[in-house]
Amino acid sequence: MKLLTCPINGPRPLSEFVFGGEVRTMPDDNVDDAAWADYVFNRAGEPGVRREWWYHVASGTWFVAERDNLNDEFVRTYLYGAEGADR
Amino acid sequence: MTATHEPDHKAAGAGTSSHRLPPRAGEWIDRARPIRFRFEGRAYLGFAGDTISSALAASGVRLLGRSFKYHRPRGIYSLANHDVNVLVSDGTRTNIRADVTPVWEGADLRAVNTFGGLESDSARQFDRLGRFLPVGFYYKTFHKPRNLFPFWERQMRGLAGLGKIDPNAPRLRTAKRYEWCDVLVVGSGPSGLSAAVAAAEQGLRVIAVEERPHPGGTLCFQDASPQVAQTLAELLARARALPSLTILSNTVAAGYYADHWVALVDAERMTKVRAKSVVFATGAFEQPALFRNNDLPGVMLASAAQRLIRLYSVKPFQRPVVLAANADAYRAALDMRQAGIDVRMIVDLRPAEANRDLVAHVAKEGIPVRAAHAVYEASLGSELAGIDSVTICPLDEDGEPRPGESLRIECDGLAMSVGWAPADSLFCQARGKLKYAGDLRQFVPTSAPPGVFAAGRLNGVYDLAGRLSDGRRAGLAAAAFLGRYSGDLPDAPPPAASPPSHAYPVVEHPAGKVFVDLDEDVQLKDLKHAVQEGFDGVELLKRYSTFGMGPSQGKIANTNTIRVLAHLRGQSIDETGSPTARPFFHPVPLSHLAGRGFHPHRETALHSRHEAAGAKFIPAGDWLRPAYYAGGSADRERAIVAEVEAVRRRAGLIDVSTLGKLEIMGPDAARFLERIYTGRFARMNVGTTRYGLMCDESGVIIDDGVIGRLTDDRFYVTTTTTASGSVYREMQRWAIIWKLNVVLANVTGAVAAMNLAGPQAPSILAAISDLDVSEMAFPYLGLREGNVLGVPARILRTGFVGEVGYEIHVPAQCAAQLWDGIFETGTKHGLRPFGVEAQRVLRLEKGHVIVSQDTDGLTTPFEAGMGWAVKDDKPFFIGGRSLRIVARKPLKRRLVGFTLPRDYAGPLPSECHLVIDKGEIAGRVTSIVRSPTIGQAIGLAYVRPSQAQPGTKFTIRSDGGRLVEATVVELPFYDRANARQSPFASPKDVLSRGERRPGETPFPTSPLHERFAKLPPECIGLGGTPRTVAIADPSVESAAGAIQLCDVSTSPRMTLKGPAAGEFLSKNGLALPEQIYDHLPLDGGGLIVRTGRSEFLIEDSWTQGPDAQRERGVVDRLRQAILTPSPGVLSVWRQDVSLLICGSETESLLAEVCSFNFREAGERFVMTQLAGVSCSILRRQFRGLPAYQLWADGTYGPYLWETLLDVSSDGTH
Repeated sequence: MKLLTCPINGPRPLSEFVFGGEVRTMPDDNVDDAAWADYVFNRAGEPGVRREWWYHVASGTWFVAERDNLNDEFVRTYLYGAEGADR
Repeated sequence: MTATHEPDHKAAGAGTSSHRLPPRAGEWIDRARPIRFRFEGRAYLGFAGDTISSALAASGVRLLGRSFKYHRPRGIYSLANHDVNVLVSDGTRTNIRADVTPVWEGADLRAVNTFGGLESDSARQFDRLGRFLPVGFYYKTFHKPRNLFPFWERQMRGLAGLGKIDPNAPRLRTAKRYEWCDVLVVGSGPSGLSAAVAAAEQGLRVIAVEERPHPGGTLCFQDASPQVAQTLAELLARARALPSLTILSNTVAAGYYADHWVALVDAERMTKVRAKSVVFATGAFEQPALFRNNDLPGVMLASAAQRLIRLYSVKPFQRPVVLAANADAYRAALDMRQAGIDVRMIVDLRPAEANRDLVAHVAKEGIPVRAAHAVYEASLGSELAGIDSVTICPLDEDGEPRPGESLRIECDGLAMSVGWAPADSLFCQARGKLKYAGDLRQFVPTSAPPGVFAAGRLNGVYDLAGRLSDGRRAGLAAAAFLGRYSGDLPDAPPPAASPPSHAYPVVEHPAGKVFVDLDEDVQLKDLKHAVQEGFDGVELLKRYSTFGMGPSQGKIANTNTIRVLAHLRGQSIDETGSPTARPFFHPVPLSHLAGRGFHPHRETALHSRHEAAGAKFIPAGDWLRPAYYAGGSADRERAIVAEVEAVRRRAGLIDVSTLGKLEIMGPDAARFLERIYTGRFARMNVGTTRYGLMCDESGVIIDDGVIGRLTDDRFYVTTTTTASGSVYREMQRWAIIWKLNVVLANVTGAVAAMNLAGPQAPSILAAISDLDVSEMAFPYLGLREGNVLGVPARILRTGFVGEVGYEIHVPAQCAAQLWDGIFETGTKHGLRPFGVEAQRVLRLEKGHVIVSQDTDGLTTPFEAGMGWAVKDDKPFFIGGRSLRIVARKPLKRRLVGFTLPRDYAGPLPSECHLVIDKGEIAGRVTSIVRSPTIGQAIGLAYVRPSQAQPGTKFTIRSDGGRLVEATVVELPFYDRANARQSPFASPKDVLSRGERRPGETPFPTSPLHERFAKLPPECIGLGGTPRTVAIADPSVESAAGAIQLCDVSTSPRMTLKGPAAGEFLSKNGLALPEQIYDHLPLDGGGLIVRTGRSEFLIEDSWTQGPDAQRERGVVDRLRQAILTPSPGVLSVWRQDVSLLICGSETESLLAEVCSFNFREAGERFVMTQLAGVSCSILRRQFRGLPAYQLWADGTYGPYLWETLLDVSSDGTH
């Protein structure tokens, strides 16, 4: 089983995590209906390194994982907002 | 062993001696331990260490099985589990691999797949019908005429398949376990052993896996020279001297999964190993030559003959011919010669130039060699005796046979060594890449992912010195990968001087019977026909012809098939490719896979009370909830009606502990809730509650609950039963994204809740609490904190069931005593428990919607008639933007209340039955019950907006297409004026402050209290009060064995979290652990753990607490201190199940339930999954012994307790 490294708890098997979808920014409430619907219903599926939400269930930790969906490899993980911290 | 003891002694004894060679050092059999067994009804003798096949071969038995399709006679072929010619059954277990399964005393075995016994199998006729059973037979035949197909299907099902299943076989609960190592070496031949030794010498923890009973691989049987034996002895001596190297024999590495996760399978269990690096020293499978009758008894791989001779001291034949295409064939011939076997001839497929020194060597032994010759066919003497001759013929320069010049040679066997195929399946599963090396005539690795290494024959290295040095190189490379070796790596050894494999060992024959895949009886002509029919890609050909799909997964079929396909298509081997390698490399018993699994379930703190009251349970998420209480003999309907009536007329009590319960604290708490829920909460008064409706970003309803305000900055929120986990999770995420100053805690399992509802509820509550329950003091939708029968409680005045109701929320460990106390007082008021079914009726009468029953994945608040709960006069809430769009559009459907006619007596329509309008689907029923209060059937349904006016009639299509007419009515069905929520209109009913002073706080009970009550007294330990009953006595160790489970759930403990939690603790004199998951001891044996950046677990020893006989501990002191308002500190109720696990087998127990490697954690606090439940685990001391303390949500306590007891009493412990 694949391992995923939680920034708090270290490497753990994927079964300890819940996937939370891609990290996306909610547009402002004032955008037009079409732009809002695009945000709500459409998801990017193109190959490349995606930023994804992952949740470590046992400790209740949300974090961001950068994953290359072409080869299904995790590039790095960090707490939300700490993107630059380990660069 | 005399004739009097063993009636069949003569036959068996004679057999045993007839083919057994004299004893030699290193043989795997123990001649001091004879084994008696039966095969096909006859008695035989073998020795301990024999496999079933070797013991039979020692007795001269050659016919050992029947093939899958044509029921051809078969015997030993690879003797290495690379074929399944010999499958036997003992009546209970079927498809036992006789070639590798040790024979056991008293075994009574029969060959599978025979009709009337092995020797007289009536299905032999299929062999002669072969030409009527072409490839793709089942796809092509029996489809016309169509009505006869069921008949043919029955016939084929009777013939197909191997073995018979005994439906009465006992159920096996095979255990599974986890294991960890630095380097996993698959294979223990010369390269595997030297890789394992090299890595272990660098101080790494190494596991080497060997599928046979003894390590050594080919060193055990190939090449009888003394140097080989000495090499093996030296390697094993070095391996055994390394304490960090473990060799697992009788273990198959069955599959490789991501990140070096390998499934190891032995007879007992599956072990899931997490390695940091893997060395594949998996060796090679010897491959057969293709010629007519290449499958008959007596024809075998040369390595099989060598295994028989060297491992089991059995003579495979007396006068064999050897078919050669490499040096191994000559060594095999010499091994046979040394065992006293009269090798009649070596037939070499290659021209005379090959292996000149070996030719000279065998010539000295008197063995003639025919170069550039092939075996054209083998001929059967009799089924029992196997082949009696082979026909050989010369090959022309193009390698084509010239049958006109053939020569028949009498012999009793044929040993072939014409090539090898690397065992690359696991390496490929690990995403290693291979390429066909023309000079070696095999696939060799070109690249491997990080941490994956290949060694030995898998790398195309065949000579012994090369395999040893290649293994060492791979072992050191693994050590270097792990940062434990920085020296130079030995060079990769040069490839073999002469190719170990023939490029195309295939000789066609006009009469056929040239077998490519022995498992599936796939012949050369089948491949040709399949390719002619267009199935000419390797994957297509596999699926159409079924080559490689049998139990041995193409180990000795794939290579030849690829060669044949490449030949037929005029392609290179690389262009042709190989079938994709997938787990499992080797079939794994279903009992291993379907063995012990973990299915967590939760019990509320009141579970035992429900059982005692005769509850019938229904599952709700992970929980079991009482559906209704059967009581005496009442049937289901009557019981539910009686419960409904009790609530409407007197009082009822329902366990609602399964509701999600969250604490939300901080200066931004109200703002946070306004963003999460559709309603407004900022100006809510302290001590009140409001309905909360939650939508997703598209405006669809996802949850609802009650939001209560405890103080200005502190809220208490309930969610639906099934959404508690996901709502909390999403709230955590939004709090991070919005960067709001809120602290969240999920106290679902820590808090038990019960709803006391009905006209008598206020009187009962007044009698048992310190609350003023008058309408003025505690109105509808009020929230109070108070004391109920000595238990600190939060009480929410709700009206879910349509009567005055009090949801009493209390610490779970006091809930059972409270339940008892409420009934003690309530019974005289007519109180009775009610279940989920009655609650469904009651809430439906009141028109209350259940999210996810009356709503679905597309329901907006407007459709559900809950537009009133959406407050768009605030800046933002999730789904708000979408609801603004939805609100502008016409509704597509409406949820309405309906009734069936009062005189309707037919069966009720069900939930999800469709609403039909003018022949089209217009909606569906979401809830329907017979209402005892209203006196008719009532329900909720989605209808078209045009049908939503009260009084409109619509049609429901019920079971069997029956149409039932329903009428839309205004909601609610019951108490439209809400008069039932103001029960104190008449002054004489006004109750003042409770008559009864709260009593003593009851002792908290462990979530395992009831479990301990069922244990024998010697397991219980200290005894005495309910506080301590759950702590096992360490003196029990000797009686209880290697594992002790000690319940310390009732130790006083609390969690403090929030930005000011650390400061608060420091102020109260506690030293703070610095890093997350560090811990420090407390005075009196307790501990403080930093469970987050601003979150701390504080726990006293189980010897401390508010019990008068005990010292007051730190937790008590902090609980007092937190009573004075402390902004930024949230004190979280914890009602954990907590266990101390100690004893010598503790780590072994943990390895069966938890994938975390505690060897790496040291003394750090770990949060992980154990038996499928989120747990915290810490290694610590228990009365001077090493122990693990485990904490988990108390509602999982009974499940965890039973699982741990079950696992620890299973198998090896």
